[in-house]
Amino acid sequence: MNTTVEPVTGRIHSWDLSTGVDGPGTRFVLFLSGCPLRCLYCANPDTWHMRDGEPATVDEVMAEIEKYRGFVTTAGGGVTLTGGEALLQPVFTAALLRRCKELGLHTALDTSGFLGARATDELLADTDLVLLDVKSFDARTYRKLTGGDLAPTLDFAARLDRLGKRVWIRYVLVPGWTDDEDAVEGLAGFLSGLGCVERVDILPFHKLGAAKYEALGVPFTLRDTPVPDRALVERVRAQFRGHGLAAH
Amino acid sequence: MTATVPAGPRTADAWRQFAGSGWRERIDVRDFIQANYTPYEGDAAFLTGPTDRTRAVWEKVSALFPEERRRGILDVDTATPSTITSHAPGYIDRDRELVVGLQTDAPLKRAIMPGGGLRMVENGLRAYGYETDPFVSKVFGTYRKTHNDGVFDAYTPAMRAARKAGIITGLPDAYGRGRIIGDYRRVALYGTGRLIEAKRAERALLDARPSTADVVRDREELAEQIRALGELAEMAASYGCDVTRPATTAHEAVQWLYLGFLAAVKEQNGAAMSLGRTSTFLDVYLQRDLDEGILDESRAQELIDDFVIKLRIVRFLRTPEYDALFSGDPTWVTESIGGIGTDGRTLVTRTSFRFLQTLYNLGPAPEPNLTVLWSPRLPDGFKEFCAQVSIDTSAVQYESDELMRPRTGDDTAIACCVSAMAVGKQMQFFGARVNLAKALLYAVNGGRDEMTGEQVAPETPPLTGEYLDYDELSAAYDRVLDWLAQTYVDALNVIHYMHDKYAYERIEMALHDHPVHRFMACGIAGLSVAVDSLSAVKHARVKVFRDATGLAVDFKTEGEFPAYGNNDDRVDALAVDLVESFMAKVRRHPTYRDAEHTQSVLTITSNVVYGKHTGNTPDGRRAGAPFAPGANPMNGRDRHGVAASALSVAKLPYEAARDGISLTTTITPEGLGHVPAERAGHLVGILDAYMSSGGFHMNVNVLDRATLEDAMEHPERYPELTVRVSGYAVNFVRLTREQQLDVISRTFHGSL
Repeated sequence: MNTTVEPVTGRIHSWDLSTGVDGPGTRFVLFLSGCPLRCLYCANPDTWHMRDGEPATVDEVMAEIEKYRGFVTTAGGGVTLTGGEALLQPVFTAALLRRCKELGLHTALDTSGFLGARATDELLADTDLVLLDVKSFDARTYRKLTGGDLAPTLDFAARLDRLGKRVWIRYVLVPGWTDDEDAVEGLAGFLSGLGCVERVDILPFHKLGAAKYEALGVPFTLRDTPVPDRALVERVRAQFRGHGLAAH
Repeated sequence: MTATVPAGPRTADAWRQFAGSGWRERIDVRDFIQANYTPYEGDAAFLTGPTDRTRAVWEKVSALFPEERRRGILDVDTATPSTITSHAPGYIDRDRELVVGLQTDAPLKRAIMPGGGLRMVENGLRAYGYETDPFVSKVFGTYRKTHNDGVFDAYTPAMRAARKAGIITGLPDAYGRGRIIGDYRRVALYGTGRLIEAKRAERALLDARPSTADVVRDREELAEQIRALGELAEMAASYGCDVTRPATTAHEAVQWLYLGFLAAVKEQNGAAMSLGRTSTFLDVYLQRDLDEGILDESRAQELIDDFVIKLRIVRFLRTPEYDALFSGDPTWVTESIGGIGTDGRTLVTRTSFRFLQTLYNLGPAPEPNLTVLWSPRLPDGFKEFCAQVSIDTSAVQYESDELMRPRTGDDTAIACCVSAMAVGKQMQFFGARVNLAKALLYAVNGGRDEMTGEQVAPETPPLTGEYLDYDELSAAYDRVLDWLAQTYVDALNVIHYMHDKYAYERIEMALHDHPVHRFMACGIAGLSVAVDSLSAVKHARVKVFRDATGLAVDFKTEGEFPAYGNNDDRVDALAVDLVESFMAKVRRHPTYRDAEHTQSVLTITSNVVYGKHTGNTPDGRRAGAPFAPGANPMNGRDRHGVAASALSVAKLPYEAARDGISLTTTITPEGLGHVPAERAGHLVGILDAYMSSGGFHMNVNVLDRATLEDAMEHPERYPELTVRVSGYAVNFVRLTREQQLDVISRTFHGSL
């Protein structure tokens, strides 16, 4: 079954199967290449440039996904598109989501929301769950941390709310960067005003991507930044919970 | 010695409230279970913790473990060859134990069983600083031939060479073959009196048959079985138990069943001494006593806890060489739990839960080898509990009830790791395994061994090209495998002939029907190395480096090749083909006692030793490096997560590997989900999906590497740390250092 008239081509970094970290259940996770942001803590700097990705058609990717359709469905999962930034390739992403829905697969889109305006309503209609990565709630920190602006992400969140999409927030906790109590309060307050947010996952900063920086010859700015301790993670979770959010 | 007690008032009392009739007329435990068991669809909320009594008994015996670990063995009786009745009764704590009986007169004191081989006993004793009793050496060195002696009288030079080179290895030619599951439930349901009657009836059917060698052997074996049942009754009587009659209560049922098993482990030092499928059988008794008010839940759990304590302390005297193959002092007291009946009802009962609960009440442990017969149709509450136990203890393995039930029925139990048999109706001749990776190198080298240069397989022209040619290699490999299959089956025939003759499993076979269905359980190791090597030759270019004698000793791969373990048909098809073609080759050779040919894809921990004895391989694996265990992809080559890896393994056809296909997975806790409370559900999903995809077996470890590394540094802090290796579980701290490193080097499916 091929519903694309002209082959839509994108650039992909890799694919993987993961459980319980990229949406519900065990999922086929497609990493698209290219990202407009340069988050200092990024664990996948090898996905920053679209030109580094492998070209692939929608049919080729779907052929791979098809091999896991039974498995991920039985395992209560589906397909997650991430990156990089999947919305840097909105046509490709939309086509993949459409095809996944045609197969009856549960779909998730993992995005920073920075390019949320590029997601059409049709694309979002084919998305069962949005994993929205909010990097910081402080505009200045956001810029220093990612090189981009916060506002598009907040606009996108509000739009998702209007559309009634299911949203899980992902918040990477980096000591000295995203642990500011007031900023967390601000974000929690904002999110609690959105009915669409089902949960907030606090992801402790880690340095498992450090070797990739070395291989790419890119400086890893946060090399000496400590990972958050348990107490800090719990404090931040408690802040979100204090606003009635299911934080994990 | 033993009085036969026919069905009478005591029997009627023992069978009060039980339904059904077929099982009363003939020995048929399955029929009894089906007529009487109570399926349980609920969750784990009813379970109870350990009582003070249970804690006291367990603490008393586990206090001996550190000393045992330090010395290798705690104690051994060097003078008394073990038989069912050889030793006076022994106790852990006579006043507190609910279930009694030890292999010798003291806990953890090992016995010698020279019937399998005197040298094994001598080496085992020497390794731990003991001398063999001179009388024992004289008897078994002079007057009484052993299994080991018999085998070496009949081995051919070709078999010896293949064995020495390590292309066929782990053969049970010097130790007990094991993997025979007595139907120990029969002792509880019928009592030995009735069982002896039934055996006499079976034997009488042979009276009219001409006394050919086969018939004479059957008659002699049945006579031995009857004798062994008598000895079981005598041993039981020494503990104050009259097992000539059926058990009348749950307490007696557990005790009787255990005494049957105890007789087996007193008589045989089998590689695997598996228990069978006892939990749902025992549940019938426990439920009746609960209904009658004789028991409460706490007492019911206590009985299972006490039973499991006994199963945890089964010990055998083994040699360091054996330990290198099968590390961590395993006994494979495998208990198969759960499953679905042919009528569609689940065979899960409350006692299925109670067995798993022992991992909490007594702490995690490798034995008994708790094996869940998994089906997506199992009740949700049970599935969730199993998954949680796995996450908390890494002590459970899972095997596909859906694959087994249509073939061996709904009273199937696992022997050892992955070997399915209908309890009491089927047995197997354990055949260890051949090294398929080494065989591939023999194909390259015209039958010469890559490590020694010796001609082991028949001489054929070696491959001489600068680069390996896939078609040439395939053809040469096919010839080597033809030779290997023939030599292998032939060697197994010798071994099992002699084992029957010199080390017959009298009590275990007394708890089987006659005639019994036999499997010849062959096995293959090094699958992923062989397959990736073939893939490298087929999809990339493999350059050969030869020594001065022309022996290919190293390879260099130019280009990329798909590796097994990524759900990629280009290479997975090679694996399927290899499994099917070797099975077909094995089937061409006649077997001892017309056993049905099967094979397993299983290494247990021998993947380390196999690797040590195998040279550089075309897939890039270095000489001496361990193979992946069982049917696992090579460590680090499965790059797309646990599902992709598992789906490659799931393609291997069970029909061509009816003795089981083993997959060991290690997942980090985070790899099962960001939210701890969701992890059990996620693991259930993975198991459902794997089994629905045709997967047969999955060992599930939920661990992170840091924990294992810390345990290597500080073993004293991790006495209970249990990991599943390949079909069984071990105390991580009891593995050899090499094996610990192997476990740590395995792929940990996590998340970034």
